[in-house]
Amino acid sequence: MKLRVLVSLKPGVLDAQGRAIEHALRDLGYTQVSGVRTGKLIVLDLDTPDPEKARALAAEACEKLLANPVIEQYEILS
Amino acid sequence: MSAARVGVLVFPGSLDDRDMLRGLELCGAEAQFLWHKDARLPESLDGIGVPGGFSYGDYLRCGAMARFSPVMRAVLEFAQSGKPVLGVCNGFQILCEAGLLPGVLVRNRDLKYVCQDVRVAVEDPGKFRAELPAGRGLVMPVKHGEGAYVPDPDHKPRVAFRYVGGSPNGSTDDIAGVANAAGNVVGLMPHPEHATDPLLGSSDGGALLRSFLAACVAARTRR
Repeated sequence: MKLRVLVSLKPGVLDAQGRAIEHALRDLGYTQVSGVRTGKLIVLDLDTPDPEKARALAAEACEKLLANPVIEQYEILS
Repeated sequence: MSAARVGVLVFPGSLDDRDMLRGLELCGAEAQFLWHKDARLPESLDGIGVPGGFSYGDYLRCGAMARFSPVMRAVLEFAQSGKPVLGVCNGFQILCEAGLLPGVLVRNRDLKYVCQDVRVAVEDPGKFRAELPAGRGLVMPVKHGEGAYVPDPDHKPRVAFRYVGGSPNGSTDDIAGVANAAGNVVGLMPHPEHATDPLLGSSDGGALLRSFLAACVAARTRR
């Protein structure tokens, strides 16, 4: 099965890329945009039919490698 | 006293490995490369340098992949035994990702790759203090896109070096380099190995490399 993992900077950690995108959007006239945060989507192909096991495995991968807990948070999407 | 025997790690994508090797040799070391696939370190190694570059293409996060290469397990044990380890630039990022130093390095505040000489002031460089009294100023180049230091909220860093006159990258509290609690592991973004000769614009980096080597020899005689 496939699991998608969304890794992003924790709130409060400066997202320089998000801020640059926000400025560009405002320059384009989208003045309603008052904040942009970026992240990365990682798609895992897992050789297990058991959704619970798959999620546990994905969470472990996030803790060990995919996210750095000092600055990043992760969310496991289906 | 015989020369310090140091190893310089080489990962796929390391690019300052030769400069670091040469810089350490200029400062009197016997230096050799250590390949990332080697799970065992040579006997009688006194210190390890982790050079700059773009190990594993900086994929995922800078330094995140290098942390899991075979040589790093040995480096972890080496550092935990109290032997000196110096990380520069990508080497600093790798040591942070490996948990040998607290905190992490993120994208520069202005998203700009910076390449310039900077001045840092020495604060508390742990055991690398032979030629680095607190307050000494050092001019060295930086060249990085991801050098903004973010401390671990649960772990106040021991600041080894601080940028003078503001950081070039948005580092928290202008931190340019940190040491671990034991003082035997030090990482910094500026490149001492690129500042080892007046012809390069500064020879201040030599003082840092010699201080690292002095710590290497001191750790050996304690054994």
